Amino acid sequence: MKRLFSLTALAVALGCGCAQAQYSDGSIKIGVMNDMSGTYSDLSGQGSVIAARMAVEDFGAAAKGMKVEIVGADHQNKPDVGSNVVRTWIDVDKVDVIVDVPTSSVALAVNEIVRDKNKVFLVSGAAASDLTGPKCTPNTIHWTYDTWALANGTGKAIVKTGGDTWFFLTADYAFGHALERDTAAVVEKNGGKVLGKVRHPFPGTDFSSFLLQAQASKAKIIGLANAGSDTINSIKQASEFGITQGGQNLAALLAFITDVHALGLQTAQGLIMTEAWYWDLNDANREFAKKFAPQFKGVYPTMVHAGVYSAVTHYLKAVEALKSDADGKAIVAKMKEMPTDDKLFGKGTVRADGRKIHPMYLFEVKKPAESKGAWDYYKLRATIPADEAFRPLADGGCPLVKNCSASARRRCSASC
Amino acid sequence: MLIGLINGSFYALLSLGLAVIFGMLNIINFTHGAQYMLGAFAAYFLLLYAGLGYWWAIIIAPILVGITGIIIERLFLQWLYKLDHLYGLLLTFGLALIFEGTFRNFFGSSGLPYSVPPTLQGGQNLGFMFLPNYRAWVVVFSLAVCLTTWFVIERTKLGSYLRAATENPTLVRAFGINVPRMITLTYGFGVALAALAGVMAAPIYNVSPQMGANLIIVVFAVVVIGGMGSIMGAIVTGFGLGIIEGLTNVFFPEASNTVIFIIMAIVLLIRPAGLFGRAT
Repeated sequence: MKRLFSLTALAVALGCGCAQAQYSDGSIKIGVMNDMSGTYSDLSGQGSVIAARMAVEDFGAAAKGMKVEIVGADHQNKPDVGSNVVRTWIDVDKVDVIVDVPTSSVALAVNEIVRDKNKVFLVSGAAASDLTGPKCTPNTIHWTYDTWALANGTGKAIVKTGGDTWFFLTADYAFGHALERDTAAVVEKNGGKVLGKVRHPFPGTDFSSFLLQAQASKAKIIGLANAGSDTINSIKQASEFGITQGGQNLAALLAFITDVHALGLQTAQGLIMTEAWYWDLNDANREFAKKFAPQFKGVYPTMVHAGVYSAVTHYLKAVEALKSDADGKAIVAKMKEMPTDDKLFGKGTVRADGRKIHPMYLFEVKKPAESKGAWDYYKLRATIPADEAFRPLADGGCPLVKNCSASARRRCSASC
Repeated sequence: MLIGLINGSFYALLSLGLAVIFGMLNIINFTHGAQYMLGAFAAYFLLLYAGLGYWWAIIIAPILVGITGIIIERLFLQWLYKLDHLYGLLLTFGLALIFEGTFRNFFGSSGLPYSVPPTLQGGQNLGFMFLPNYRAWVVVFSLAVCLTTWFVIERTKLGSYLRAATENPTLVRAFGINVPRMITLTYGFGVALAALAGVMAAPIYNVSPQMGANLIIVVFAVVVIGGMGSIMGAIVTGFGLGIIEGLTNVFFPEASNTVIFIIMAIVLLIRPAGLFGRAT
């Protein structure tokens, strides 16, 4: 399959020689890499390719004389597979920008390769806040959300509404640990207390004994620092063991609308979660979702898909302004310089450390009676304003912002 | 401990089907996980399209999936009995990938909702823990199914025919027994057991195309520890390992996935034929 990809790419590269001399090998090539066959294939997967294609169409690339191609690949959630794909893409297929890449371990590996090859990396699916912290690079922008934003949104809101004692159920790998660490910090900062935690193997199927430990801890809130089917199974089994009826509440620290769909409202109702985007927030989003879903087996777009759309749009704007797609660092610097504006995320900015800044939303899952039909799942509880939604620039430990005063930030990020 | 018993009952049901198929047919059935998944999906479809609830599903779904198993046996497996085990393994593994891929293509990877039947909702407070009624039902029911299967195969005339047919098919045929049909039905039965486990799991676990793949490795370990093809071995180790895993969850949760394989390695070193296996 990979060979097929590269062959087509080669054919395209040879075929269209130097029609548009300003772009390397004649076209701008977007590589969407994510999990196309496993746990995360509904929340990213082929849907991200569709979102990227919609972004290119809406941008009107063809009319502007820009030739844009999109290729997709499956990294199977394995860093080695992902690294190989990205190397082939960049060296052989002349891909200019890598988009999406859920699963933090893969994203961190790709992050290094893209910096070495001086291309562009736009992260939508991965969560680890390290991508704009110690691991930030001048070639990477972290678009949609991160562990800090999730912890901050959900953690703070719950502690403030009385959920001040916590017990964590954590997936035993890098992402789970990061999410647990960030959330525990938020809970304690806001006057809450962490009573205990248990780390479950990833992926797991049976969570009952962990849930019983959580129940025995008498914590008011059980924080689920896991994702995908682990979260679904924990919530399903928690409702079976009567944990929510017993007065304890669950906080799904990372959940997507596709997870809620899989759980059904009967089980998921009342869950509180933080997301960057929801299809039913405004008319532009609704229109996007109605166009998107029929192309993706009827699945509505998640925030990851919307993030891909928004990131690709902004990337194309920067390339258009520079009239070149050759220098990854220069494009990212341009993207940081230009304010972002697209129909899904509205106006925003990209910070020096590569963090895209926009508001986050705190949602509560509706009761079955409140929902008007499939995919009508969320009630908006609160909007977290853009300047509070993400980790402050100075706290991240990103080498790009070291020694940079606020006014000289732009110059600095371009030079380092 | 009790939780372990519940997990154990799934292990036991699944490894029972595998043991039956291996013991009687000498086929290493890697499709088992996919068939378990098919059982759960069948339950979901019955509810969605036919409006038939859990109690119907627990009868109909295994029959439906069993029939697909019989078709697979007729179409593919029957040609492989004379060949090395490896061929059967490769074929069934391929089939499993095809099933999982197809379902993922149509239903995505997040899974579908299926809830506990109303009669079994709620639970008992045992003082030291809260036991959901449904889980209690799972343990009792799968114990009953396991023991019945064991009884039929080891203690009845039908079972003795079956065992004889694996030992020496030619001789059994000479007695006027239709051996190929018996083998087909045995495979169908083994598959139906997998589907039954799938239906039972649907309300507890996430009904998704990968649900089988997550479990199949553990189940194979169970079969190996119990002794390939030994039915009692599969049942006892299924429950036993469930309990051990449950205990590990309490004392050292990080290791709960590994403990089964550690046990497997030790058993293979000391008794290569498995705890209940007969050395050949």
